[in-house]
Amino acid sequence: MSLFNVFQVSSSAMTAQSMRLNAVASNLANADSVISADGKPYRAKQVVFEATPMGGAGDASRGVRVRQVVEDASPPRLVYDPKNPAADEKGYVAFPNVNVVEEMTNMISASRSYQTNVEVMNTAKTMMLRTLQIGQG
Amino acid sequence: MSAIAQSVSVLSQAMNLRTMRHQVLASNIANADTPHYKARDFSFTAAMQNAMAGQGAGGLAMSRTAGGHQQGDALNGSAFLQYRAETQSAVDGNTVDMDVERTQISENALQYQILTQLIGDKFKGMRTALSSTQG
Repeated sequence: MSLFNVFQVSSSAMTAQSMRLNAVASNLANADSVISADGKPYRAKQVVFEATPMGGAGDASRGVRVRQVVEDASPPRLVYDPKNPAADEKGYVAFPNVNVVEEMTNMISASRSYQTNVEVMNTAKTMMLRTLQIGQG
Repeated sequence: MSAIAQSVSVLSQAMNLRTMRHQVLASNIANADTPHYKARDFSFTAAMQNAMAGQGAGGLAMSRTAGGHQQGDALNGSAFLQYRAETQSAVDGNTVDMDVERTQISENALQYQILTQLIGDKFKGMRTALSSTQG
């Protein structure tokens, strides 16, 4: 039954949105991480979405998948702080290029999209239950 | 074909199309944040007329002559799908308008419920006709 494809499509979108939320959480948590695993300041990570055919029902269903996670290429934020052990010879500390305002809007957008997909899934479920009730009573 | 069977078959045809439209609209909503995704939809009226014409002439429907044959479904092709005219395009090339999609999906679900109700009423009428001869 092709209404099951709606579940697949919506759940793929929910997975993608939660990965986006995961990236936001990691960016916000590391907004001040001067030194990351490679010794350089942390770089903001962004997920890239891609539409993908789903469910084998011709062209009607298109789900979402995360194609890749890219690192933000913008330069690090330089702060003058000679006392910091991570400061360079001129006294500047390179902070991560995380834009907190951008991350917050990203977070709200991801949360809204997630909610909408849950709603779509619930609508499909109601429709299927109605179908099961045909001929009863 | 009896009148009841015929009208149930028309209604179930309409339900198939509503199911397919639900898939298309769910895909639009799922891809609301995908760059370069273009929102798609199809005209239910045109698709229904097409399906009725195919059924009447027997032209598009494929007959199954062996048990292993799959049901031929002329509606599954992408021929009916069209891109939605954009109202406010996003910078990333995405044309999904969440308000439009959500109203359309609600309308579609409601129309589906109407169809299930109508089919249920057909069966109820049949049951009443059968039971009226008893007792």
